[in-house]
Amino acid sequence: MKEIEILIIGGGPAGLCAASAAANLGATVLVLERDGEPGGQLVKQTHKFFGSKKQYAGDRGYQIGNLLIEECKKNPNIEVWTDTTALGVYEDGVVTAERQGKHLKIEPKKIIVATGASEKMIAFPNNDLPGIYGAGAVQTLMNVHGIVPGQRVLMIGAGNIGLIVSYQLMQAGVEIAAIIEASPTIGGYLVHASKIRRAGVPILTSHTIVEAYGQESVEGAIICRLDENWQQIPGTEQDLNVDVICLAVGLSPLTELCFQADCQLKYIAELSGHVPIRNEYLETTRTDLYVAGDVSGVEEASSAMVEGRLAGISAAYSLGYGAGVAPQLQAEALAELSELRSGPAGQKTVKGIMKLMDKGEAVC
Amino acid sequence: MRITEHPILEFLRGEEITFFFNGQELKGYEGETIAASLHAAGIRVLGHSHTMNRPRGLFCAIGNCSSCLMVVDGEPNVRICVEKLKAGMRVETQQGKGHLK
Repeated sequence: MKEIEILIIGGGPAGLCAASAAANLGATVLVLERDGEPGGQLVKQTHKFFGSKKQYAGDRGYQIGNLLIEECKKNPNIEVWTDTTALGVYEDGVVTAERQGKHLKIEPKKIIVATGASEKMIAFPNNDLPGIYGAGAVQTLMNVHGIVPGQRVLMIGAGNIGLIVSYQLMQAGVEIAAIIEASPTIGGYLVHASKIRRAGVPILTSHTIVEAYGQESVEGAIICRLDENWQQIPGTEQDLNVDVICLAVGLSPLTELCFQADCQLKYIAELSGHVPIRNEYLETTRTDLYVAGDVSGVEEASSAMVEGRLAGISAAYSLGYGAGVAPQLQAEALAELSELRSGPAGQKTVKGIMKLMDKGEAVC
Repeated sequence: MRITEHPILEFLRGEEITFFFNGQELKGYEGETIAASLHAAGIRVLGHSHTMNRPRGLFCAIGNCSSCLMVVDGEPNVRICVEKLKAGMRVETQQGKGHLK
């Protein structure tokens, strides 16, 4: 049995920031990372981040990931176990994990779940054909392994991920046949959209995919226009010759561990799915269990990092560390989160969190 | 297909090694995932579904979705999107749910 003050499940941007924040206040921290390296999905983010200097604005995602990993490595209070998958949280607080076929037990005083999110799928005929990828998978192949997924891509979704990954595909020499978006407006930042349009790639709003086709893998896709009630307009179909269909249609919080740990969860559309109910300092309805990052509502890596810091400070403070400084640090993190959520996309998150905190409604 | 030139990234690949896909000899690089090596070789169909026998490929590439399960060195249900390639590895398409030894 491994004893530790704070156990962090997930070594992505939220988890690593939580680790640093808690360790800086004096707590001992163990981070579990199922992948071979910590850093989460930052490793494949080649675009420059927005926000303020404190959230590493101007740096590319993978560079930020490297900075966070270095910070954790330098801190003697932090231990990171890679290739380790958390399996369950038991009633007595013991957490089990698997590493290289071995079953491990850990007894933490506090747990921070920072498991992130997984990509959403949408329904259309033949959506299971090889050649249909989540946008994150395309980024992994392309930006981590240096392999392009195909020759010609249909991108579904014109939010920031759809726009950024399209641009990255173009940088890697892949042709984008079109970016389609079901809603009447482009969801992502116009600075990204303009770069793509200037390169001659059409961004078709009020468009959807009718079907994919192909024998053993994608050979093409039929798209069409949608009316104001989001219904397909017959006669507007276009046949696109593509060998890749990339889905950038959002993410779902990876809340399995929270469900299993008996945290109360609630469905909040604005936060992209079922999310654990938590207080301002990110502690869930299960005492001593905190959440941070996409698992507590899908946002961007910038806010995941600040949430991680907030959860790390709060968990350490509750163990008696940082008396005198912790409240100030918590207030600063909360102020940064408000700042990050002040834009139109952030307002949706704020609305979702308000719904989540309203204890009057039914929970599941 | 592998990217050789990129405006932002430099790909530091490991040593070139040989492995086998359904008995066919292929090349890949040490340190990359089996999925990456197969994709680079143009192999996108990784198996077929149990009941409808529909082709299956990568979807998430980070170990979440289990769309890429294959038999690796005799062990079934290996998520090849996160399993690293090793020299001499025998990667095979899986029939059904696989059998544990």
